[in-house]
Amino acid sequence: MRYGRLAGRPAGQGKARDPAADPAAGAADASTAAADAAAAGAAGPPGADPSAAGASGVTTTAALPRVRPGRALAIAAVALAAALLTGVSVGPAGLSPQMVIEALATRLPWHPALSVPGVDTAIVWQIRLPQVILAALVGAMLAGAGAAYQGVFRNPLADPYLLGVAAGGGLGATLAIVAGTGSGLVQPAAFAGAAVAVALTYMLGSGAGRGGESPGTGGATASIVLAGVAVAAMLTAIQTYLLQQHSQELQQVYSWILGDLSLASWSQVALILPYAAVAAGVLLAHRRLLDVLRVGEEETASLGVDVARLRLTIVLAATLGTAAAVSVSGLIGFVGIIVPHTVRLAAGASYRTVLPVSMLGGAAFLVLANVAAQTVQAPGVVPIGVITAIAGGPFFLFVLRSRRARRELA
Amino acid sequence: MIAFEQVRVRYGDVAVLDGISERAADAEWVALIGPNGAGKTTLLRAAARLVRHDGIITIGGVPTTRMSRRQLARLVAYVPQRPQLPPAMTVADYVMLGRNPHIGYLRTETAADRRVCSGLLERIGMASYAARALATLSGGEAQRVILARALAQEAPVLLLDEPTSALDLGRRADALELIDTLRRESALTVVSAVHDLTLAGQFADRLVLLDGGRIAAAGTPKEVLRADVLAARFGTGVQVMTTPDGDLAVISRRPGTAGAGGAPPGARPASAWPPGGPPADPGR
Repeated sequence: MRYGRLAGRPAGQGKARDPAADPAAGAADASTAAADAAAAGAAGPPGADPSAAGASGVTTTAALPRVRPGRALAIAAVALAAALLTGVSVGPAGLSPQMVIEALATRLPWHPALSVPGVDTAIVWQIRLPQVILAALVGAMLAGAGAAYQGVFRNPLADPYLLGVAAGGGLGATLAIVAGTGSGLVQPAAFAGAAVAVALTYMLGSGAGRGGESPGTGGATASIVLAGVAVAAMLTAIQTYLLQQHSQELQQVYSWILGDLSLASWSQVALILPYAAVAAGVLLAHRRLLDVLRVGEEETASLGVDVARLRLTIVLAATLGTAAAVSVSGLIGFVGIIVPHTVRLAAGASYRTVLPVSMLGGAAFLVLANVAAQTVQAPGVVPIGVITAIAGGPFFLFVLRSRRARRELA
Repeated sequence: MIAFEQVRVRYGDVAVLDGISERAADAEWVALIGPNGAGKTTLLRAAARLVRHDGIITIGGVPTTRMSRRQLARLVAYVPQRPQLPPAMTVADYVMLGRNPHIGYLRTETAADRRVCSGLLERIGMASYAARALATLSGGEAQRVILARALAQEAPVLLLDEPTSALDLGRRADALELIDTLRRESALTVVSAVHDLTLAGQFADRLVLLDGGRIAAAGTPKEVLRADVLAARFGTGVQVMTTPDGDLAVISRRPGTAGAGGAPPGARPASAWPPGGPPADPGR
């Protein structure tokens, strides 16, 4: 629930309150639940409405509740910790959890005296840990960027690849592979391709469709999205042409596209960490303003926000994070859509909750997907993008069929 | 407080506003009336700087074009005709949006902001609705919450575009009454587009009749709500009457019966008028 303790927080209003302050907190939970129920069933039983009003009557004298994403955040953090532990514990080497923990501990500054075989330490520290951390970073970026794009374009179908990141990254990687530059340049080329594609989309889209609206009111969202479609189609066509001309590299390009974290290294982690940190920081800093945007660009402008600048800032940050993720992981689909929407349905639509919880949840989801990718066909590796779609699809359909979904996505 | 000087707005080759000069003093309520397409909404949008305009719009003597969006939003609160209400957003969160101009760019709201919002919700009698989702509100409740969001901006100028268009007749008078009370409490300047001429005359200090992007008439309700003035803009089916308690009522007649009634002002018995005036919907 979005509000911590509605009723338990008179916040200095000084009114005498029921001594049953704690039960009142429960009542506040109930009131939100009742309000939810009333919301879910606009056509539902008429009794839901008065009961909601009655229950929330408890809050009459309280100051406005404070937005607290605390509980959802805590659950997501625990889930991420569990996923990370699972990630380092599972693998073909068959190390027991105790051995993994001891291997992890040997590199800590004040570690206990343990006799862990060097090879186990190497497996944990040089193979599994970078893989798990990289998966977490990529998952956090994709889910966070997806949530941010959905907010800034006010479109539930927006995903991190909306503005051509995937097509640009794919073309960049393809160019590098086809040119035979060696694997060292594939990632920078993918990053550059992704960034150039989004810049192109933004320039073409925001210049078009300008009517009589005043500067700073946005007003070009639809044309930016459409420009993204056009740019993506164009770049994909070029990529297809290149592949047709260089069919001997088809396999290599294809495996990059499908995504693979099995060869992750600390150097890759170091490569994307700065971008990920900047992107996450900027996006999180704008979470309140993403909530303001929920009333539309024009009203947001009238509330004192330069919408065009806000949109550009968020798109830049999300693109930076996504491009970095794509450059090391290939194109992992679906994370950027299903994670934010699942968070919305579970914890409410406020971006103060959706953004941080999506990042944690996306990280956890991709770490687990990577575990599945490594194990279901061991010793072979299934492309992680296949896992996210196969596992995520049915789960998301289940979530979508919930009653609450009908309201939240209305 | 807010002054318009030769304001022009063009959409392509079409002049939607063509040289509007008008002003609204502190604590004054000016209602913009006029037929559809007269430019009422565009004038409000120009004042909120949501549409490019030529000419000068000043607030407290400062041109709006010299202000940042944040500065402007501290001086002008704008409520469009159909505000977007995110269905899952709570009433508390929605009203808090109005505090945005007072909250630092990357900051979050303070206890003082929350006090302003809870005070407003209490003032409009909706304190118990704080945790309700907007989708669960009735039209009248939503209208009050929208007003609370605008008031949360604590701006001295309130621009309202058809604030009552979604409400039934009784709620319209209630909503305008609430706006009137609040503007007197806080000495707000209100500029509103109002379709219902009778209500406009009852609540506004001054009426500005727009037609074709120009001011056709301006003055007190008595000066503007005259059959000869209105007929030129709304057609001849408009009839102005004086209610027994002195209000002006503007009603439309069916084309076939025009001229047949011809009842002199105040001729009807008092019991014929429901409180708040007759059901007037002037020739649209």
